[in-house]
Amino acid sequence: MPGSVHSQDAQDQSMMDVEQPQDELMLDERRILVLPGSSETAASFQFEGEGHTMGNALRFAIMKNPAVDFCGYTIPHPSDAKMHLRIQTSDSTTALEALEKGFNDLMDLCDVVTEKFTVARDQFNEENSNKMQS
Amino acid sequence: MAPLVPSQEELQRRRIIGVNAETVTNIPSTDFPGHWPGESHGWALDQFKNDFKVEYHRNDPYEASFSLIGLDAAVANAFRRILMAEIPTLAIETVYVHNNTSVIQDEVLAQRLGLIPLKGSVEGINWMQWEQKAPGDEGSAAPELTDFNTVVMQLDIECTQNPDVADDETDPRKLYNNAHVYSKHLTFTPVGRQEQFFVGDGAIRAVQPDILIAKMRPGQKIEMELHCVKGIGADHAKFSPVATASYRLLPDIQILRPIIGEDAKKFAKCFPKGVIGLEPVTSEEASRAGSGYEGHAGEQKAVVKDAFNDTVSRECLRHEEFQGKVKLGRVRDHFIFNVESSGQFESDTLFLESVKVLKLKCARWKRGLNDLMA
Repeated sequence: MPGSVHSQDAQDQSMMDVEQPQDELMLDERRILVLPGSSETAASFQFEGEGHTMGNALRFAIMKNPAVDFCGYTIPHPSDAKMHLRIQTSDSTTALEALEKGFNDLMDLCDVVTEKFTVARDQFNEENSNKMQS
Repeated sequence: MAPLVPSQEELQRRRIIGVNAETVTNIPSTDFPGHWPGESHGWALDQFKNDFKVEYHRNDPYEASFSLIGLDAAVANAFRRILMAEIPTLAIETVYVHNNTSVIQDEVLAQRLGLIPLKGSVEGINWMQWEQKAPGDEGSAAPELTDFNTVVMQLDIECTQNPDVADDETDPRKLYNNAHVYSKHLTFTPVGRQEQFFVGDGAIRAVQPDILIAKMRPGQKIEMELHCVKGIGADHAKFSPVATASYRLLPDIQILRPIIGEDAKKFAKCFPKGVIGLEPVTSEEASRAGSGYEGHAGEQKAVVKDAFNDTVSRECLRHEEFQGKVKLGRVRDHFIFNVESSGQFESDTLFLESVKVLKLKCARWKRGLNDLMA
C-alpha cells in the first residue's frame, strides 16, 4: 500500500493497533501463582517481576481491609525478581477477594491523587502567572 | 456499636514521629483496622478524598516541589520508586561504529552516548512503543526495527586543521575544527511516521547541547549510527526520566517550655535561618501565672516560624539549657516531594505519569487474577 493514500481513518486505526499489543506484551510472561498450602482464607501469591514498589503499596491497601487478619509481603531472594504476598482473612471473605479489593482500592486511591494533584498544580500555576503579570 | 472516633489531639499525636538526640520513636503507622480497639481505620474512599491534600511549592519544567498530605509511606514510596525506575523514556541503546579513529574506545564511547538525555516531541515519544526485554534475554534476536520503536541518529564528525589561525595559538578548540565532540553534533533523521511527530522544535536532540562526548586531533574521525529505543530505569539508569526524585517528611518543632532572652537567640542559631523567630513577650503573657513568662515582659522569646525549612539537625538537643524545653519530630503523612526531571518530560507530568503507572500495574495484575479465579 503506497504511503500517500493513507486516509486519516486508516491512520487512527493503525495507531490503536499499536497501543493494544503493548499492554499484552508486558503481561505475557508475568503471572500470579498461588503457592502450595493455600486454603480459601489463607494464601500466598507469587508475583513475577514485581518488587517493593507494588509489594508494599499492595500490602498497605490490603491491610486497610477490616476482614483481613494478616497481610505481608517478602522478596525471598534479591536476585530472583519475585515477590510473595501472604494474605489471611476472616471467614467473611476469601484471600482472593481481599487481593482483588486491594487492587481496586489502590486504583481508586490513584484516581484521587491524580485529581487532587492536577487541581493543586493548575491553581499554583494560575496564581504564579498572576503574580508575574502584576 | 458505632466505632470509636479518636479526638483531634490524639490523631495529631499519632501523626508525629519523635526525633530524639539518639533515637526515633512512634515509627510505624498504626492506622489499620484492629490496631486501636474499637476504632475503624478501614479503607474509606470518601474519607481519603476529604483528608488527602496536595500543596504545590514550586513548578519549574525541570524541577517541581510539592507536598502530598494524608498518604501512607507505602504509597508515597511506590510513586517515588516508579518515578525513578518505571517510567519509559528514550535513550541510545545500540551503537553501530562504522569508523572510530579517536583515542576513546568504541565501547567507552557507546556507554557515554547512552547516558546523554534526549528530548523531542512529547507526543511523539508517547506514541512510540516500548518493549520490555524478558529477563536473561540478552543477545536474543532483536525485534524488528520500525518507525515506532527505534529512532535513528548519526554522529559523523572529523577533526581537521584550522588554516586561518594565529601562529602562537595554543587552544586546541581554535587550532582545529571539531577538536571537541559535543552532544549537539548528534544528528537526527526521522523515518516513517516519525516525520509527523519529530519535526521542528519536536526533533529528537540532546537536552543539553554542550555535553562533551570525545576529544579529537586532526585526521581523527568518528562515524556512528545510533539507535535509540524506549526503556525503563529498572533496566538501565540511562532510561530514568529523573535526575532526582525524593521525598522528606515535614519537620515538626514543639517548644514545650518558654525559651527567653539570650537563650532564645542561641536557640534560633541551632536551626536554619527563618525556622525560629524571636518575638517580644506580651504583658498579657507575663501576667498569666504559670505561663513561665512571669516578669519577662518585653524580653525576646523563641517561636516556631517555619518548620518546613528545618533540616532536623538535632543541634538544639545537644545543649544543656534546652533540655526538656523542645520536642523535635516529623509529620508521618506529610511528604515533601522533590522531582528533578532530566529533561525529556516536565516534572509535574512525570509525577502524574507515575500515578498512572501504578494504576496500570494494578489493572494489569487484576486482569491476571481472573485466570486464577476461573
